[in-house]
Amino acid sequence: MIEILFYILSTITLGSAALTVLSKNPIHSALWLVVSFFSLAGHYILLNSQFLGMVHIMVYSGAIMILMLFTIMLMNLNISHEVSKPFITKLVATVAFCLIGILMLSIVMRGAQTYDLQYATSGQDFQSAHVLGKILLNEYVMPFEMVAVLLLLAMIGAVLISKKDKTEKGA
Amino acid sequence: MDKTIIIDKAVIIIVVFAVTMLMAMYATLAERKIAAWIQDRLGPNRAGKGGILQPLADGLKLFAKEEYEPNTPNKFLFKFGPFLAMTLALMTSAVIPWGDKFHLFGRDIILQAADLNVGVLYILAVLSVGVYGIMIGAWASNNKYSLMSGIRAASQMISYEIAMGLSLIALLLMTQTLSMREIALQQSGMNWNVFYQPIGFLIFLICSFAETNRAPFDLAECEQELIGGFHTEYSSMKMGFYLFAEYANLFISSTIIAVLFFGAYNYPGMSWVVENWGVNIGNVIGIFALFVKICFFIFVYMWVRWTLPRFRYDQLMNLGWKTLIPLALLNLVVTAIVILLIK
Repeated sequence: MIEILFYILSTITLGSAALTVLSKNPIHSALWLVVSFFSLAGHYILLNSQFLGMVHIMVYSGAIMILMLFTIMLMNLNISHEVSKPFITKLVATVAFCLIGILMLSIVMRGAQTYDLQYATSGQDFQSAHVLGKILLNEYVMPFEMVAVLLLLAMIGAVLISKKDKTEKGA
Repeated sequence: MDKTIIIDKAVIIIVVFAVTMLMAMYATLAERKIAAWIQDRLGPNRAGKGGILQPLADGLKLFAKEEYEPNTPNKFLFKFGPFLAMTLALMTSAVIPWGDKFHLFGRDIILQAADLNVGVLYILAVLSVGVYGIMIGAWASNNKYSLMSGIRAASQMISYEIAMGLSLIALLLMTQTLSMREIALQQSGMNWNVFYQPIGFLIFLICSFAETNRAPFDLAECEQELIGGFHTEYSSMKMGFYLFAEYANLFISSTIIAVLFFGAYNYPGMSWVVENWGVNIGNVIGIFALFVKICFFIFVYMWVRWTLPRFRYDQLMNLGWKTLIPLALLNLVVTAIVILLIK
């Protein structure tokens, strides 16, 4: 049963991801990406990680993709508007992406063995929000706070960049 | 055992679907009746006794209307928009506890389609993707007024989601659980959350108005000033789906308010009734109590709609970002400090 669901979900994920890349219309791309994110949330739920699945829908499908759709809709992107990039830029982008892909793959391959499942063996439901919160705020409090500071920085940076025009006009 | 659970859940899902549809249908009549009452008119009273058949007549009219499609390159997305709006409006009902345990045919039946242990998060997740129905429909209409209206609606919903989430976090600090069923169980008797979280409730209520795109925040539509809104290009039953989804949303969000803040199916003296008259009777009264609360909140929605004038868009954004979010944050911090001190 779960195996069948997994194959269906994987087909949707990979198919919609491929369509994201292949679609000519940027809005269709964005919508396929939303479908892909939804099926990823399905994968989380199949792995019995409901909390992560819900947060994934909320953050990726709900917030990030809507903002992305906003920008695409307002920018009115068309093929005719698109600036054709030189060959060397395309090549460099492809190579850089492949390198990132290899890096991520190697991290996953190496990390697979070192996952510490002491919460699973101690009999606690280590997927629940309770245990997740305790782990984040006890053992991983430093990285957690770092991520918080990073997000704050990104927000302040965005505000600063969007405010720049005003001060120039005033000066 | 497995089969009976599947049958139970299927029956619950179908009944909840039917009830939601029925409530949404009669909410349209109630809206017009209440509007008439507030404006000292009679309201619809021709179809059936006191206008009781008016929703059926309206539905029939929508079916019979000419189906017009704009010249858009996105025919599929144009049809998909109303469909998505309706689906997302109905999806939230899955985690709502409609009643406590029933004892029928020698086993316990819980009146809830799915008791997720992240039920509250599920509701927030469905709400956050609820924008897609409007946005896709608006964009696929190939009409700039529709698009602007869709973007207006989406930015409004995103802005108010933040304050809504923050007010819910303060509530969750108290309940210590994300499961809707446990939240409902904790409020037995008169132990309702609204007495502990009055500010949180107020913020949640205001945000619900914005999330359902209803007056005084109905800038997504603005029939009079801003050319229809996101459904300008829609006609016939597709238009009907958008309107119907709004009323389904109204019913569901009233239910969520009643469950989270007003004690769900609990009523004073429930434990006494359960002890003396049996579990089933106690629960039937509980469901009745829940529907009384839901109807009250539907009435509040309509009462506000026909009392308050519409906000201007900048006022709407100022209220969301500069008043509700700081207030919700303050509420959250105060709640956290109080809980820490009590413990």
